Amino acid sequence: MVIAALGLLVLAAAPWWAGRADLRLLGEIYLYLSLAMLWNLMAGYAGLVSVGQQAYVGFGGYLLFALTMFGGLHPIAAILAGGILAGFLSVPIAALIFRLKGAYFAIGTWVMAEVFRLSFAQASSLGGGSGSSLPVDVVRSLADSRSGREALSYWLALGAAVIVIACVYLYLRSNRGLALTAIRDSEVAAAGLGINIWRTKLEVYVVTSAFTAIIGGLIFLQKLRISPDAAFSVNDWTAFVIFIVVIGGIGTLEGPIIGTILFFVLRETLADLGTTYLIVLGLVAIIIMLKAPKGVWGLIRSRFDLELFPLSYRVRTHDADKGA
Amino acid sequence: MSALLSINDLQKSFGAVTVADASSFDVAQGEAVGILGPNGAGKTSLFNLITGALRADSGTVRFDGRDITKLPAAARCKMGVARSFQIPQPFTGMTVFENALVGATQGAGLRGREAEDHALAVLTETGLSDKANMRAGSLSLLERKRLELARALSAKPKLLLLDEIAGGLTDAECGALIDTIKRIHANGTTIIWIEHVVHALMAVAERLIVIDFGRKVAEGDPKAIMESAEVKEIYLGIAADA
Repeated sequence: MVIAALGLLVLAAAPWWAGRADLRLLGEIYLYLSLAMLWNLMAGYAGLVSVGQQAYVGFGGYLLFALTMFGGLHPIAAILAGGILAGFLSVPIAALIFRLKGAYFAIGTWVMAEVFRLSFAQASSLGGGSGSSLPVDVVRSLADSRSGREALSYWLALGAAVIVIACVYLYLRSNRGLALTAIRDSEVAAAGLGINIWRTKLEVYVVTSAFTAIIGGLIFLQKLRISPDAAFSVNDWTAFVIFIVVIGGIGTLEGPIIGTILFFVLRETLADLGTTYLIVLGLVAIIIMLKAPKGVWGLIRSRFDLELFPLSYRVRTHDADKGA
Repeated sequence: MSALLSINDLQKSFGAVTVADASSFDVAQGEAVGILGPNGAGKTSLFNLITGALRADSGTVRFDGRDITKLPAAARCKMGVARSFQIPQPFTGMTVFENALVGATQGAGLRGREAEDHALAVLTETGLSDKANMRAGSLSLLERKRLELARALSAKPKLLLLDEIAGGLTDAECGALIDTIKRIHANGTTIIWIEHVVHALMAVAERLIVIDFGRKVAEGDPKAIMESAEVKEIYLGIAADA
């Protein structure tokens, strides 16, 4: 706990010790970590293997632009509003796509994301297919200086990652999280023990979608420019996120953290290689899937009975209290 | 004596395969009923229809005075129907204790300390308390069967459905399991038990129902049923008049 708090303090102080490029990279890492955490909760626990979460990333991004440009909202308020609206929007979408199972569900989510992309490409006030930039006065409303703005968006990204991790952790620690973990391991047994599977999955889908839209808003607050292809990119917001989660260890809380670190280490060391970088990513994914299907964290856990986040309820010898 | 469970004219087919063909029977409050039948006779399907894992094509299932034919599995569990699975379905990534905690919190609706105490009591009852902190995925077959029983009990069922829980156990293990089930029954839980291990069934069941091709072919006192020509024919393939 103390180490984590100290580490967090050091990271929070990054605007004073890190360069501009490093700050940007760290911010990106936090946002990817958040996306990975959310996708892991949805796919790894609730079994909703979506390849369409870019729908909500893009939605959150576009709502930041629309609500600040036409609604006159402060960017932070616009991002939060985008998250809430995405949550509401995800309910009818869930009602539609939850009818699909397995691979059909995955394809359904992708189709849905394409619908989002095409819809926003039609919005000529937001620049249509070529997109638009965040107006100068909106950017100024965040902070006067460039370094002030960059520090702010860094802190927002760090804060978002901390909040996402804390929420996912607390959710999994709760009774509902226990039910969700049971669903992860056996749906038929979970239903037989009184767990409403459909409702549990809907809850997870709505909450992760809302959070994903908020992260999307933060991503495009960093970029200051949005276009349909960038906002709804299946590669950037889903393929890489799946890579992170699968490599790290799907269905565990630690997996996405390890996966994010690995992903960025690979990306930063191989970035100069161009397309070869993607080939290496693919090779790493294949090797991990063959040699450690439960990811790097699964490999570590099978060797040592270790938990970074004390999630499990254990019986103590002297009383039946829950504890780590 | 009022019926806790009442099956009426239950019908279920998958294409040309009929797994329940106009079955009807009642189970009284506090009774222990054994179900016999060859493989593929529709015994597990009957459990699936009672617990809600399958929906009936026609006919009704009444439980505790209510028609539950169209209720989803989770709602039936909350009313007091719990089962063990023939092929154990442990929540492998969770500890044994957490497995029982799922039933206690979700099925029985207990909270906090109460749920934990109940989960622990159930593990003690089924002889798993020393494995409480182990991952369920690392259990042996016997332990997995016990966990099936523990998890079903953790939901505080009025009606407990046991699906071949004694299969594959040694005599000593089986004897201990029979004692446990007898204790559960003595505490007032109604039991329906599907089993091929006939001596185990005879030790607990007050009544036997024989099923073949989804139909109820015999029903009655265990001893009389086991000696009836029809059961011998189904099980041993001897013609009834031989």
